Amino acid sequence: MLSFKMALRSISSNKLRAALTMLGIIIGVMALVVLVSLVNGATSSVTDAVSGLGTSMLTVSISDDKGMPLDLNTVNGWMEEDGIGLVAPYISSSVTASGDEESGDVTVYGATPAFYDVQGMQLAMGRWLKTSDVENHTSVCVINETAATELIGYVDCVDQAISLDGVEYTIVGVLSDNEDSLTSMISSGSLVVYLPYTSLLRLSDSLTSEVTSFYVSAPEDGTMETVEAAMTNLLMERFEDDDEAFNISSQSVLEDTMSSITSVLTILLGGIAAISLIVGGIGIMNIMLVTVTERTREIGIRKAIGASRGTILSQFLMEAVVLCMLGCALGIFLSWAILQTVTTVVSSLNMTFSLDGGVVLIAVVFCFIIGVVFGLYPANKAAKMKPIDALHYGG
Amino acid sequence: MIDIKDLCKVYLVGDERVRALDHATLHIYPKEFVSIIGPSGSGKSTLMNIIGCLDIADAGSYHLDGLPIEDYSENQLAQVRNRKIGFVFQSFNLIPKMTAEENVELPLIYQKVPRSERQKRVKAALERVGLTNRAKHLPTELSGGQQQRVAIARALVTNPSLILADEPTGNLDSKTSQEIMDIFHELHAQGNTIVLITHDNEVAKQASRSIHILDGQITEVTL
Repeated sequence: MLSFKMALRSISSNKLRAALTMLGIIIGVMALVVLVSLVNGATSSVTDAVSGLGTSMLTVSISDDKGMPLDLNTVNGWMEEDGIGLVAPYISSSVTASGDEESGDVTVYGATPAFYDVQGMQLAMGRWLKTSDVENHTSVCVINETAATELIGYVDCVDQAISLDGVEYTIVGVLSDNEDSLTSMISSGSLVVYLPYTSLLRLSDSLTSEVTSFYVSAPEDGTMETVEAAMTNLLMERFEDDDEAFNISSQSVLEDTMSSITSVLTILLGGIAAISLIVGGIGIMNIMLVTVTERTREIGIRKAIGASRGTILSQFLMEAVVLCMLGCALGIFLSWAILQTVTTVVSSLNMTFSLDGGVVLIAVVFCFIIGVVFGLYPANKAAKMKPIDALHYGG
Repeated sequence: MIDIKDLCKVYLVGDERVRALDHATLHIYPKEFVSIIGPSGSGKSTLMNIIGCLDIADAGSYHLDGLPIEDYSENQLAQVRNRKIGFVFQSFNLIPKMTAEENVELPLIYQKVPRSERQKRVKAALERVGLTNRAKHLPTELSGGQQQRVAIARALVTNPSLILADEPTGNLDSKTSQEIMDIFHELHAQGNTIVLITHDNEVAKQASRSIHILDGQITEVTL
């Protein structure tokens, strides 16, 4: 405690020098804390967005049907199987659409009622496609907000007609663009029209009735792992145990990739920051060596009146550590200020950057270690001085 | 009290071997006021360093209060200095960033004396040298005589067996010197053992016994 007070006092007796010395540590800590916190902040908001995308959903595509193509009823029938939630087969095509306002190329999906829930979509108005629409090939469609404004001219366009490749369809629903579903994110800004699965088959000559792509969601009492296992079993049975015939991918693959990318990024940036902290530590060591030389006489006096080696060692070591920890505290405070500023500046991005507790702890521990490691040599040099030599130094 | 037998100390200055102490033998008894006098280069500083446990002789034996000093490790020597010896130097050797009070307190901190007792003893020591009103001043704010009195207070505060003064009046004018010498007389009268090293005959004469040293050899003179 006493040597802590002595250290503070000796540091405060030369404030400019202490401040310049600490600058290295301050910058190092700031680099470490700010960079890692920024990466973590960005990661967490992106992962939130990714996991918000049609939360639990498998994407299945069939590449080789072994001469036994899947039809719509078979696939829809899988919804009754154990361990499987909703199954939403889809086909897609590109057509020219014309509404009251304008014409343009649109992406058109042939979908079933399950598609809406699997994708986590939200309606702005009207309704989604019904089972009867699919069964009766009705000429109805649901369009997204972008398509409504571009083609019709306004969003509130339920019961209006739209023509796709010359065939007229009645709009029964408009999808909200403001939700975080995977589809709306990917198709954001583009014009999308959803038709009953069977209606699109009729409209387009190039599409065949076999199902090659569908989404699967987990049942309420299942997880992504269980539904993936159940789906794999079903398909293996169907396609003669050939796991090359189909492909099942899930969102968690995306999340895994993201997290491995960001952890590499964190390690990389943390490493760079650690190097700058070490440079700061060398600065501390340099100034401590100067201090020890300057205070040779003081060391001599202290030894003459009875300070042991350990006392002198701990005095100078404490000084180096206190210097480091003060720099560390200032660095963390400045990092906090910077992160607050960044959060305010980029508030439009809806990202929050806050001090990451883990990295603050790492910074504190690292600074302490640097203080000890780089303080030890100068402190030992002081402790090893012979009292008579030190007393007679410089007069 | 101090029992020195056949002490030898050789320094290498360049290629030359300088015999700073050549079979020096002396005894100092408790409560004595002894001066060690000799011209510069006579070896008196070496003797003072060895008596003060700041340095170790090459040969011979030194007992302080019966302790075999020549066998001690560096840390043990530090402890002996701390508990048994009070130093007064020519150039005062106060720590410039500490107040008079803190300078006096320092040896007690190294002795791990509790705070309340430290304060009591520091106050008493400063009172004995007549500097109570200057306790909060830094050394730079004090005159030479006052600084030396702080140094004496620092030497006294541990109640050492021996007060070792190295040219304590060397940097002071004659009037202030006499004030400092008066303090030493007073301390002697109170029963302290004092060894005073000087090259000044006038100062040396004030001690009850003078030991002359020349070329590392001791010739004793009793006054």
